[in-house]
Amino acid sequence: MKNVRSYGPAIVIFVGGLAIWELVVRLFNIQGFILPAPTAILSAFAAEAPTLWRAGLATFVSAVSGLAVGATGGVLAGMAASRFTLIREGAMPLAIAANSTPIIVLAPVANAWFGLTSPIGTVVVVAVLVFFPVMINLVRGLLSAEAQELELMASYAATRGTVLRKLRLPGALPYFFSAMKIASALALIGAIIKEYFGGPQERLGQYITLKAGLFQFEEAWAAILLASAFGIGMYGLILFVERKAMPWHVSVRS
Amino acid sequence: MNHRTRSILSFLGIVASLAVVWEAYKWMGQTTGGTWPSTSVRLPVRTNNRSMPHLWDIAQSLFQPARRGGEDILLVILLRAGWFTFRSAVGGFVVGSAFGFGLGILFVRSSVAERGLMPYVVASQTVPVIALAPILVIWGGKLGLPQAVQVAVIAAYLAFFPVAINTLRGLRSPAATATELLRSYAASPSQQLWKLQVPAALPYLFPALKIAATASIIGAIVGELPAGLSRGLGRAILGFASSFSSAPEKLFASVAVSALVGILFVGLVALVERSVVPATRRVTVDAERPLA
Amino acid sequence: MTSTISLDNVSMVFGSGIDAVKALESIDLDVQPGEFVSLIGPSGCGKSTMLRVIGDLISPSAGTPQVNGKSPHQARLDRDYGMVFQSATLLDWRTVLENVALPLEIMGIDRPERDAVGRKMLELVQLDGFASHYPWQLSGGMQQRVSIARALSFQPSILLMDEPFGALDEMTRERMQMELLRIWEETETTVLFVTHSIAEAVFLSTRVIVMSPRPGRIVDRIDVDLPQPRGFDTREHQRFFELITRVREALRAIEDEPA
Repeated sequence: MKNVRSYGPAIVIFVGGLAIWELVVRLFNIQGFILPAPTAILSAFAAEAPTLWRAGLATFVSAVSGLAVGATGGVLAGMAASRFTLIREGAMPLAIAANSTPIIVLAPVANAWFGLTSPIGTVVVVAVLVFFPVMINLVRGLLSAEAQELELMASYAATRGTVLRKLRLPGALPYFFSAMKIASALALIGAIIKEYFGGPQERLGQYITLKAGLFQFEEAWAAILLASAFGIGMYGLILFVERKAMPWHVSVRS
Repeated sequence: MNHRTRSILSFLGIVASLAVVWEAYKWMGQTTGGTWPSTSVRLPVRTNNRSMPHLWDIAQSLFQPARRGGEDILLVILLRAGWFTFRSAVGGFVVGSAFGFGLGILFVRSSVAERGLMPYVVASQTVPVIALAPILVIWGGKLGLPQAVQVAVIAAYLAFFPVAINTLRGLRSPAATATELLRSYAASPSQQLWKLQVPAALPYLFPALKIAATASIIGAIVGELPAGLSRGLGRAILGFASSFSSAPEKLFASVAVSALVGILFVGLVALVERSVVPATRRVTVDAERPLA
Repeated sequence: MTSTISLDNVSMVFGSGIDAVKALESIDLDVQPGEFVSLIGPSGCGKSTMLRVIGDLISPSAGTPQVNGKSPHQARLDRDYGMVFQSATLLDWRTVLENVALPLEIMGIDRPERDAVGRKMLELVQLDGFASHYPWQLSGGMQQRVSIARALSFQPSILLMDEPFGALDEMTRERMQMELLRIWEETETTVLFVTHSIAEAVFLSTRVIVMSPRPGRIVDRIDVDLPQPRGFDTREHQRFFELITRVREALRAIEDEPA
């Protein structure tokens, strides 16, 4: 009953929205290049399924590889920055500044460096995109240990390594997962936009620009649908791992 | 040495070492013929001037005419493009933030609206929103909107989300006792909103506005690509990308100017934050974390 | 017999120049094994600072503290201290048992043994049955008991307690005081106890040290000659009220001093 109450409005809007959308398109005979009907998008999806799937998977693999590389780098940099005060005092403002820039404009540079046909360019751009939020959050997380917790560890004569393993790293987990949720969305969107700037064929970004250019919006929408399915899947996976990794945290406990 | 000078020195030190790494990598590649020292493994990025121009060449290119026989130096051209992009971004930022703020107020007032719409607000961000850029541009064209407005719409689309989420969080941040206090004065809902909830939300709002500022710059640049706008940074980058093999330093210069525009916009928001929110009330929040 | 804690002319200055704050000035103190000593005084009198100097969490500006005949630093490395703060400071991601066993884990004791010790400690604070709960599932009083169990788990010779019951309600507080006294008797640990409450200091201690602020120094030492073991009757004892009055007057004398 509680579920019906909390999800009810969302479901009503979902079904109602789709129905109105379909109806408006049919009643006013709106053309596909302005707004395709949901059913038209679905049939485009079915017709294009093999191509879409190949393109989607290729983009997804680049996004996930970039996410893995960038997050690993961000974690390592975050640990280094939290360990050495002098580095941190310069690196944090630098990371925050870098995070304020439209990093995606590196896309054409990556194309020039790694070649249009290589998937490495996308992986690199995604990795750079993901690096900064992960690093910033990790530093905040590692420094989030409270004075009294540190005093407690000192009273046990715990070594620096022990404090890192038993106190700082577990304490940084919520910050890490929060960064990973941001990063997962960034990675997929980043990979697609990177592909707008050019890249291998049979990629979601290229597919969307191509179909939009041909005014085949049913297909473009179908590709967007697939991209969001991947995005939600990735987000869901991270949510799942988060629940398993920190059942004790406020955001998880019920 | 106080904290501030040390921080600035460390910042400059890191920037300088990054520059040294760039040049050292380039020098290494040139010396070994493009492989890692004493191996035959190729370096990931070629080190010739075509791929990695010297940093001083990039800087120098800013002060040379962008086109042969052209009058304006590259810097002027890029700044003009940057100004154009910045204007659409600001337009999108204002519209998007206002929309996000309104959404936050709507959600805090009506739990039905929140439960009904929030999932879609969140889903709109896991969807590659920018994927809509080519479509939005066509719509804008059909409606006869000026192209800068189309770009601003895309910027707004990206900007509204963090603002909506953090406004809602901020409006909910006052302690229960503070709300009870106002209720004991029989304050009206709108008094409660403006005297308690909105002031309490300000520290949460600004981090979101900073993210929205960057997002709207990204939105504007990406929006320019399919819009075929010839005046903004997005187009400039695309143009210099196509002439990369003959003049790579121009692409790097335009990337640098794009970064500068982003930093300046966020800096501007931070400046406003400074005058509106006292340092002790500032909070660090992950603006994108929706349902914590 | 060596004193458990001995402070000889210990001073502590924070900051320098015009901003310098004298947190402790020429402190002399001797605590014998098995004593229960309370430090009481207004805010800023340096009682928490003194606790931290003894626990080697900060180093004094001058003077030589000694703990069990060693430097506080050596004593800390030998794990002579169990610390309890006003907030329980339990680690969110560990169960109650894992929190209690944390110091043992850091000392490299293997799992079966530290689990066994942890369970015994939880019995001692009457929390057996909560071993696999997480801290947030416990009330404030229970959390503080866990933190006491944790401090005792490795049998330190000294318990350093910084207003451990300050955040608890009066009834929980009285129950915790009884429990602490029972544990103190059972374990024969030396206790140094910082508090704001006169009644608490008198009820628990064998000796009460009264401190005054700016600069932080000791103004009175009051032996509490109430009969052991203490219990419900203690609070109704004529001597209990006399001693409370004694401490209160010592504290009032500080306020009357010209600044």
